[in-house]
Amino acid sequence: MKNVLKHSILFLFLALLTLAPSRGFAQDEEQPKKEKFDAKSFIFGHTGDSYCFHITEIHEHPVCVWLPVIVKCKDGSGWHCFSSKHVCELKEGETFNHKGANFFIEPINADKYPGKLVEVKTDSGISRPFDISFTKNAFGIFLVCAFLLAFFLPAAKKYKKDPMAKPTKYQGLVEWLTYTVLDGIIRPNIPEKKVKKFAPYLLTVFFFIFFSNLFGLIPFFPFSANVTGNLSITVVLALLTYFFVNVFGNKHYWKDILWPDVPIFLKAFPLMPIIELISTITKPFALMVRLFANILAGHIVIMVLMALIFIIGGMYGAGMGSVMSIVSIFMTIFMMVLELLVAYIQAYVFTILSSLFIGMAQHEPEHE
Amino acid sequence: MDLFLPESGLVIWMLIAFLIVFVILAKAGWPMIMGAVEKRNAHISESLLAADEANKALAGIEQKKQETMAAAQAEQIRIMKESQELKAQVVEEAKQEARKEAEKIVADARLKIEKEQAEAMAQIKNEVIALSVDIAEKLLQRELSDKPSQSTYIEQLLKNNHPQIQA
Repeated sequence: MKNVLKHSILFLFLALLTLAPSRGFAQDEEQPKKEKFDAKSFIFGHTGDSYCFHITEIHEHPVCVWLPVIVKCKDGSGWHCFSSKHVCELKEGETFNHKGANFFIEPINADKYPGKLVEVKTDSGISRPFDISFTKNAFGIFLVCAFLLAFFLPAAKKYKKDPMAKPTKYQGLVEWLTYTVLDGIIRPNIPEKKVKKFAPYLLTVFFFIFFSNLFGLIPFFPFSANVTGNLSITVVLALLTYFFVNVFGNKHYWKDILWPDVPIFLKAFPLMPIIELISTITKPFALMVRLFANILAGHIVIMVLMALIFIIGGMYGAGMGSVMSIVSIFMTIFMMVLELLVAYIQAYVFTILSSLFIGMAQHEPEHE
Repeated sequence: MDLFLPESGLVIWMLIAFLIVFVILAKAGWPMIMGAVEKRNAHISESLLAADEANKALAGIEQKKQETMAAAQAEQIRIMKESQELKAQVVEEAKQEARKEAEKIVADARLKIEKEQAEAMAQIKNEVIALSVDIAEKLLQRELSDKPSQSTYIEQLLKNNHPQIQA
């Protein structure tokens, strides 16, 4: 009985919570001049990159952290650096002039360069400048990097000062995290002699991915940047793994690629070497896509569940929207918990496969 | 499909940030943590080994101590026994010595007494002899001055002692 009461109170509370957005929608119906809810822009706007860090909106006025835009125009006007405030707040059809060049951001549902900064060419077409803006994801990367340094360096400093001192609780945490990865992922895959050489890269990769994933799940500033769900980030991680596998690979590894133990007609006409060379590229490629797709999918599912509230509300009215929001909230809680698991699993998988590939390239055959 | 194309700008930022963090942590982070933990592990296992050895040594010492104590006890008992025997022997010897001495003294004393007795007897004899001679001399001096009485006396003596020689 007590449980039933508890649950019904919780249910009522959640239902009350949903009244706020549904009332907002009721107003929307009265004001037809407001644009319709666009699920695609909503979802990809939140999972993709952005020139400003949108925090919230107060009275329809966006509260943002304006990040710098850094671009190099192709028409010869050179480098441009300005606050994203100028381009984010433009209305449709307006452009921002900076040192003779006109810029604006394509809408998120545009066909070409969606959500990207473009410059208006002299012949009234648009082109994309070379863009190294410090975007929301760049901010997210630096936040994770700063966190990693702030979390691990003080412990390292303490260890350097007195390695024999009784470790503090904080050091115990650092030790536990480090040795979970070191003993659980790295040591089983890499020959013992080479562990010291490759552990720093693998540990950094693991904690970078893990904390990026976790930060991506926290839905408010300064977190929430979808770092590991962006191909640009995973491509760098995959390239670094490719680098560590192939640059430090020993002669047996290269012999297995270029002259594998197969009948001579398979390697004289270099079929097997070509396949093996391609496989060295497909391995990190799979790493890149796996991490990116898993994290992006998780974020998209959560955003879709949120968007569903507004879609259903728009289609069947505020009442159904309220009902949907209750369903959505429970589903989102479930997804969040699942994403916590995925955050660890994906970091684990990326690191264990990286160490497996690196370890295979270090393997010394025992016979011969 | 813009989503599936890497952004050059973000790639550059990522490369810079990640490599900086990697280099810093590879130089000043992970080696310190791993080194310290391994050093401590080695230290702990060494200490455990040392403690084990010390325990073993301690057990050996304990046993040695027990043995030594037992030996000392046996020695003590032996010494006590020996001293007991020695004491008894000494006392016995002393007793015999004393007895001998006493016997000797007694024998000496008896000899001396006998000798002194003999001496005293000899002296007394001499004195008796001298006295009787003296008396006899005095008697003789007096008797010889009175011839008639002499003759009577001799007569009388002869008469008393040798009646056959009567003239």
